[in-house]
Amino acid sequence: MPRRLSILIAEDGAADRMLLAAIVGRQGHRVTTASNGAEAVRLFESERPQLVLMDALMPVMDGFEAARQIKQLAGNELVPIIFLTSLTEHEALVRCLEAGGDDFLAKPYNPVILEAKIQAMHRLRRLQATVLEQRDLIARRNQQLLDEQRAAKAIFDKVAHAGCLSAPNIRYRQSPRALFNGDLLLAAHAPAGRMFVLLGDFTGHGLPAAIGAMPLAETFYGMTAKGYSSGEILCELNAKLKLILPVEMFCCAALLDINLKQGMLRVWNGGLPDGYLLRAAEGERLPLRSRHLPLGVLDALQFDDSFETLPLAIGDRLLLMSDGVLESTSADDELFGEQRLLAVMDANTEPSALLDEIQAALHDFHGQILDDLSLVEVNMIEAEDAVAAQSPAVFPLGAPELRARDWSASFELRPSSLRQYNPLPMTMQLLLQISPLRHRAGTIYTVLTELYANALEHGVLLLDSSMKCDANGFANYYQERQRRLGELTEGSVSIELSVKSEETRGYLRIAVRDSGPGFDVQRALDQQYCAGCLGGRGLRMIRQMSERFYWEPDGKVLNVEFHWAAHA
Amino acid sequence: MTISSQLSADGQELTITIQGRFDFNAHQAFRDAYQRADCTPKRYVIDLAGATYLDSSALGMLLLLRDHAGSDKADIRLINCNPDVRKVLSVSNFEQLFAIA
Repeated sequence: MPRRLSILIAEDGAADRMLLAAIVGRQGHRVTTASNGAEAVRLFESERPQLVLMDALMPVMDGFEAARQIKQLAGNELVPIIFLTSLTEHEALVRCLEAGGDDFLAKPYNPVILEAKIQAMHRLRRLQATVLEQRDLIARRNQQLLDEQRAAKAIFDKVAHAGCLSAPNIRYRQSPRALFNGDLLLAAHAPAGRMFVLLGDFTGHGLPAAIGAMPLAETFYGMTAKGYSSGEILCELNAKLKLILPVEMFCCAALLDINLKQGMLRVWNGGLPDGYLLRAAEGERLPLRSRHLPLGVLDALQFDDSFETLPLAIGDRLLLMSDGVLESTSADDELFGEQRLLAVMDANTEPSALLDEIQAALHDFHGQILDDLSLVEVNMIEAEDAVAAQSPAVFPLGAPELRARDWSASFELRPSSLRQYNPLPMTMQLLLQISPLRHRAGTIYTVLTELYANALEHGVLLLDSSMKCDANGFANYYQERQRRLGELTEGSVSIELSVKSEETRGYLRIAVRDSGPGFDVQRALDQQYCAGCLGGRGLRMIRQMSERFYWEPDGKVLNVEFHWAAHA
Repeated sequence: MTISSQLSADGQELTITIQGRFDFNAHQAFRDAYQRADCTPKRYVIDLAGATYLDSSALGMLLLLRDHAGSDKADIRLINCNPDVRKVLSVSNFEQLFAIA
């Protein structure tokens, strides 16, 4: 459909100018006229016509220069310039196009051809305008997307960094966009001197991959703070992801459960590349292999939450990475691969520089920074150092209460419950009701864990802790524990809690009894300190952390008391 | 990447053959290969002899097929895997879900 345009005519010949203005005006267009190039540029600035008919040869400023200036002023907008010319030499016509002209029209003017050319140029104008509009829209949308991702990342970081990624024994490298490539890294201090570290890698990219990370992080931190075991947390994460993710999505993940106090690692790897345990002594390197399907694939009944158990010594390091590290390809479509990674690790002399060296090697290999890279390294340090750096008060501090309390509760776990149920989170929930004790929740949890483990492993399962004196025995001990627990048909552990308070003073007593033959507590306490022999160490720890520790002569009941006196 | 499928004469076994990179771009073609209206096979064979590469979205597609074929009751064999493809499958422990040869 023909459209009416505003058209600028630049022509020095008055007769030609009037003739052309009459033709174009009759065709319904709005006309402005100029008698030389300089005037044309001025009028273009003030009138912003949509199309220019330009004589090539004019005084003051010729058409070539005027065309150049108008094109510059028009910027991205397409203002078609049709040269009016009696020039016939090819060179002159080429000059018209080079100066920015879009077409030419030979004198004398043919009104039909002129109108056809005006409409053809108008189509080009519309095309250009549409392209610009779409370009701007895409740019706006992209900016919007980046802004939204930045905001989402900030929210996610609040959740993800609720833990202890900043602990002195954790180093990590994550590209800023790793979350939107499905990577997620979480770390938390767990009660009883443990630290949990989880590296996850969702299939897929972008928002869907990032969304799954949110419930994963919430569950991980929530359950860790409540004192659930790493196995229970893992089962819950798997069940949750199985429920919410579509069939084709899953999350490759590795969970490290590091017991800093006992020097013990439990590791579960489902679908991530080999992690590594780098021993401080002898520089030994143990792979932490993927032995399971990723999270979110199997339903709860089929899920395998068996961990590998390994002893850890001070200075040992643990390394985990996402598959972005190994599977990234160079310009020649070559994989970085395991061999290159191992070579970097072999060449490493300064442990604290390892992550940087790996990153530098990847950068050299690809010639660019990768955006789906996640690397984390955890050092085995003294439990006290880790706890000292821990952010204060996981549990909110309540005002000291003066309410009198006097209650006791007890429960007994028998074989089928001992096999499957962890009574500690429930017990802790109960004890957290006692506000004067809240700030000692970590300590109480540690003591409770020791008491329960002691009763279960030595009293009921009759395991000998001296087995744990060397690395082999250590693994055997936990295998044996698993085996005996699975076959358990008799025995019990009972826990009794008593709380009594008057005015500002009070106490909590925890008594743990087991069905075993009883054991010589004093002898265990007196045993020579031996780094590997954990039985004696556990009991000494209980004595140090509580106000009172005593036992029945038959060694079947251990009692621990925590006292408080409010400084009101 | 090309994906073709062939139903056995007795209609019991569907063989899906994958050539080239088995990645996200194969999504629709792979689905079409087993969602053919004319077939309800009892067994599936995925021939990966020509597959040069397999990424995590390909693993996701295999899970979709497994779901389609009856989850735990699915009978799916992955055959002719080259070492790279095998490595990807074994890191994810997919041998627990599929027969891999």
